[in-house]
Amino acid sequence: MYQISNKEIVTMAGTDIIIHDEKDNVGVVVIEKITPKQNCDCWIMENDKSVQIQSMDEIPLGHKIAMTNLNEGDTILKYGHDIGKVVKSIKKGEHVHVHNVKTKKW
Amino acid sequence: MEIPKTFLGYKRENGRTGTRNHVIILPVDDISNACAEAVASNIKGTIALPHSYGRLQFGADLELHFRTMIGTGKNPNVAAVIVIGIEPKWTKRIVDAIATTGKPVEGFSIEGVGDIDTIAKVSKKAQEFSIWASEKQREECPLSDLWISVKCGESDTTSGLASNPTVGNLMDKLEPLGVHLCFGETSELTGAETVCEKRGKTPEAQEKFMKTWNSYNDFILKEATDDLSESQPTAGNIAGGLTTIEEKAFGNFQKIGGCQFIDVLEPAEEPNKGAGLYFMDTSSAAAECVTLQAAGGFNIHLFPTGQGNIIGNPIEPVVKLTANPLTAKTMSEHIDVDVSKILSREMNLDQAGDELIKATVRVANGRLTCAEALGHKEFVMTKLYRSA
Repeated sequence: MYQISNKEIVTMAGTDIIIHDEKDNVGVVVIEKITPKQNCDCWIMENDKSVQIQSMDEIPLGHKIAMTNLNEGDTILKYGHDIGKVVKSIKKGEHVHVHNVKTKKW
Repeated sequence: MEIPKTFLGYKRENGRTGTRNHVIILPVDDISNACAEAVASNIKGTIALPHSYGRLQFGADLELHFRTMIGTGKNPNVAAVIVIGIEPKWTKRIVDAIATTGKPVEGFSIEGVGDIDTIAKVSKKAQEFSIWASEKQREECPLSDLWISVKCGESDTTSGLASNPTVGNLMDKLEPLGVHLCFGETSELTGAETVCEKRGKTPEAQEKFMKTWNSYNDFILKEATDDLSESQPTAGNIAGGLTTIEEKAFGNFQKIGGCQFIDVLEPAEEPNKGAGLYFMDTSSAAAECVTLQAAGGFNIHLFPTGQGNIIGNPIEPVVKLTANPLTAKTMSEHIDVDVSKILSREMNLDQAGDELIKATVRVANGRLTCAEALGHKEFVMTKLYRSA
């Protein structure tokens, strides 16, 4: 593998959640898991900004967390785009997945 | 980072540039594989490209077969070509089309001669081509001579988070420099199709894209025993955190960054509208897709993976990157560029894009990819329907 130089890279360890786009209402967990009541550091890739959120659920790596309260019928935005609809209301900090979100395609 | 302005490539007779200098032994049909492989075994510096088709095909399926054969021979990564078929007519059609590039090409047919005499005859010509090609030297060529194709595989959430956006970052930086770019995977844009449509630079490109995607979707709806909602996303995708097909498609879509596509290509079609990004109608199966893109004339390939797809291609070097730290560790012999530090914020997208550009230029200059060193040369023809 190519050796990547760390010379000019400022290490900012401790990011728990990554958000693709400023408009997104969900973020993705990038550590092994987050636990209930954990104060999580979130990084918005699009503009390199940081925000914080307190989790409500245990959420594993790669899974999504609600960044805001969401009602039934609301649209989930990820990558700044519509990736499905809320079918069961979700509170800020809760796990977002197949139990409360469905595709709009089929 | 200052983007390199040049790379070291092989200038071809028609003005195109190769990142590799292959002499290929191309069988027209399945039954000519044995002969082609015997020649490649006899003559060092040649590679045979065996495949499963080429008999009794007709209509659009046969045209795609010819386009793939011819495009593979015309690819600038190929210095010279031997074509072997059972019958002379189809063999000649392929030879004549490859010859328009000006590169050395010669065809042989087996019928009435037999394998053994054909192998002897072809081996002499292949030896001549191999020695001739070995004297070709790399020279400094503008970066715009790169034709870069992309396709992701064995994707997981790290693909959409980091490795696909890294490819998108590279596209954003190289598109203004006059590089040709190509993405495909018609099926795995489902859910993002209307957003993808809007990336068409002209109304014609947009219309062509939707026609292509609709045609695919109609086919799925006609053939599917159920809809795709139980296959896309798969159980594995869901376990990894992907909830809907839209989410999966938008992950895939990250590979084109902010670029607009200027045209929609048929499978294996060579672009003819100048530099910029093209969409090619392809299967989402890795080896089929890269084979079609190579036949379209692309000379280097970028392949982001999550769980660790190991594909290579005999014509285009395939540069693999991953953002999954586990894959980078457990499958390191397959990964050319590790961008997993994006997830821990030890690296940002701009830096990752720069690293990928550096790696791409090094491979274009001749550095072997992991897949090349491991001998991966998957050459897989796309077949549209049953033969006659």
